[in-house]
Amino acid sequence: MDLSAINPVLLIASLMVAATPLLFAAIGELVVEKSGVLNLGVEGMMIIGAVAGFATAVESGSPLLGFVAAAGAGAALSILFAILTQYAQANQVASGLSLTLFGLGLSALMGQSYVGIKPPQMQKLDIPLLSDLPVIGPILFGHDLMLYVALMLIAAVWAVIKFTRIGLVLRAVGENHDAAHALGYKVVRIRIIAILFGGACAGLGGAYISLIRVPQWTEGMTAGIGWIALALVVFASWKPWRVLLGAYLFGGVTVVQLNLQAAGVAIPVEYLAMSPYLITILVLVILSADKSSAPAALGRNFHAAR
Amino acid sequence: MIRLEKRPQPSRAWSLATPVVAVLATMVAGGMLFGILGKDPVEAIRTIFWEPLFGEFAFYYRPQLLVKGAPLVLIAIGLSLGFKAGIWNIGAEGQYIIGALVGAGIGLAFYPLEAWFVFPLMVIGGAFGGWLWAMIPAYLKTRFGTNEILVSLMLVYVAEQFLASMSLGLLRNPEGHGFPGSRNFNSYEGASSWINENAGMHWGVVAALIAVIFAYVLLNRHMVGYHIRLTGEAPRAARFAGVKPARLILFCLGTSGMLAGLAGLFEVSGPSGQVSIDFNVGYGFTAIIVAFLGRLHPVGILLAGGLMALTYIGGDIAQSNLQLPSAAIQVFQGMLLFFLLAFDLLTNFRISLGKPEVA
Repeated sequence: MDLSAINPVLLIASLMVAATPLLFAAIGELVVEKSGVLNLGVEGMMIIGAVAGFATAVESGSPLLGFVAAAGAGAALSILFAILTQYAQANQVASGLSLTLFGLGLSALMGQSYVGIKPPQMQKLDIPLLSDLPVIGPILFGHDLMLYVALMLIAAVWAVIKFTRIGLVLRAVGENHDAAHALGYKVVRIRIIAILFGGACAGLGGAYISLIRVPQWTEGMTAGIGWIALALVVFASWKPWRVLLGAYLFGGVTVVQLNLQAAGVAIPVEYLAMSPYLITILVLVILSADKSSAPAALGRNFHAAR
Repeated sequence: MIRLEKRPQPSRAWSLATPVVAVLATMVAGGMLFGILGKDPVEAIRTIFWEPLFGEFAFYYRPQLLVKGAPLVLIAIGLSLGFKAGIWNIGAEGQYIIGALVGAGIGLAFYPLEAWFVFPLMVIGGAFGGWLWAMIPAYLKTRFGTNEILVSLMLVYVAEQFLASMSLGLLRNPEGHGFPGSRNFNSYEGASSWINENAGMHWGVVAALIAVIFAYVLLNRHMVGYHIRLTGEAPRAARFAGVKPARLILFCLGTSGMLAGLAGLFEVSGPSGQVSIDFNVGYGFTAIIVAFLGRLHPVGILLAGGLMALTYIGGDIAQSNLQLPSAAIQVFQGMLLFFLLAFDLLTNFRISLGKPEVA
């Protein structure tokens, strides 16, 4: 065992990378849940994003194009969920589950010919002077573009929900869809847009795993990150900045456990590998006492009488 | 203009017809998918649904129907109780693994003793293991209000890691030349779940049939079943009727965990034969589709389990005969749930054409 091999600066830098897929997926789901819809299909949309992004990046040679395709694929899959829950009035829990089951199968089918290929690499940000700074350089200025996009997305969602009219309408729909409908807001339309946004974000998160974090394609590679993202939204009490905090916490656990595995700690690998899931449960237990900030109409379907 | 009108009562006829319509729609859409993959759609669908039952080698495939169907029905029956009451256990895969580990562990501890009590003890162990694993989300939900969907699912990943650790460590076959995986139960007479291997009969099939009858009686003739249905349809009314939500949660999650654990035990001590890193093939998740396809009704689940087992076997045949990728069958099964949920609209709503009347 050699713990001195763990470099704290690299640890923090890789923690940020590990947290980014969660950030994307969780901030998307936060917007969906703010509109009063519970989409349990995050895992399915992520894995579709992962395979679509990977395939597009390999075929076109451009990782950025891959991310665009991933967002499109995630949103496309979420349309199915939107149709089921918003038009066919299907149960949201069941529809979300079906999305995940379907997504896992479809991604395996799409990704068959991409197993074992290396994707084109994403350029790391390289600002002269700044990126070369000790400690701060690799942590703040040494990442790929998408990591910063995720952070900006958090800020943008926070600002939109807190300060704009759009955010107000979104929250109104999520708190009381009947009142929002009576005020003349198109409940179904607003919710569908939110669902599409959530799908696109989950797709980006998935592609971040397959293109940057790992980077390769294997079946079922999201390994429950979509579900952890769902837990993260509860953890964050539906507040964007707390999503960031939570994602970095979980990213930290993942990275530390991987580092401990590499350092050959006496704890068996399997028990280290289950730690992120156990900690998710623990955090859920600690925070589930307070449900007051959940959108009041969460998980309830809306059907206008006329 | 097309409008939806809510039916005053869910339509019974449509409720029975939607699974059939959904299966037909899945055949059409699945056929199109297989067509895109460059296979003859009609041939593919025929291979999946006809070949296992009436094809040349049907004598071999028909027993497989029992082998694959039993765990699906067993797990889905348990899940349906909770789903009816709005209690979502989606971690059956984890309970299945832990049940198998506990049960198999007991069996291996007695090896090579041949005694009548070994297998019954393993069965009790399997049920207990599944029950225990399901009690974690149940306890956390009743005590702290933690979301049971997320906790039960997280525990699947924990169980998978635990399984890996066990099959590489404690339960590994000491005479297995260092290969991962336990001793094979098929060579340990007293601990095998087979009744008649050639007919596909093992104790899991018996347990599945008992579970169907048990669930039917429970839901239609017993107070607990009434409470489950009441809670699902009108949670507030259920409170006033004296239903204790905490007890119902413990009962539903406990029962479904127990049945999933049993399914796991019967699988390792029979069809799969040993504890190995990947002996679980996702029955716990497919059972969710089975439960919905069977309309959360015991008899429906029995039929749905049979159909889903058919797609597994037919999928295997299509894989070897037509080189259809195995993932295509997974997509096919996922589609089925989509169509089912979509067509369910017709159960609760009436589609009316024309302009709305002016009041």
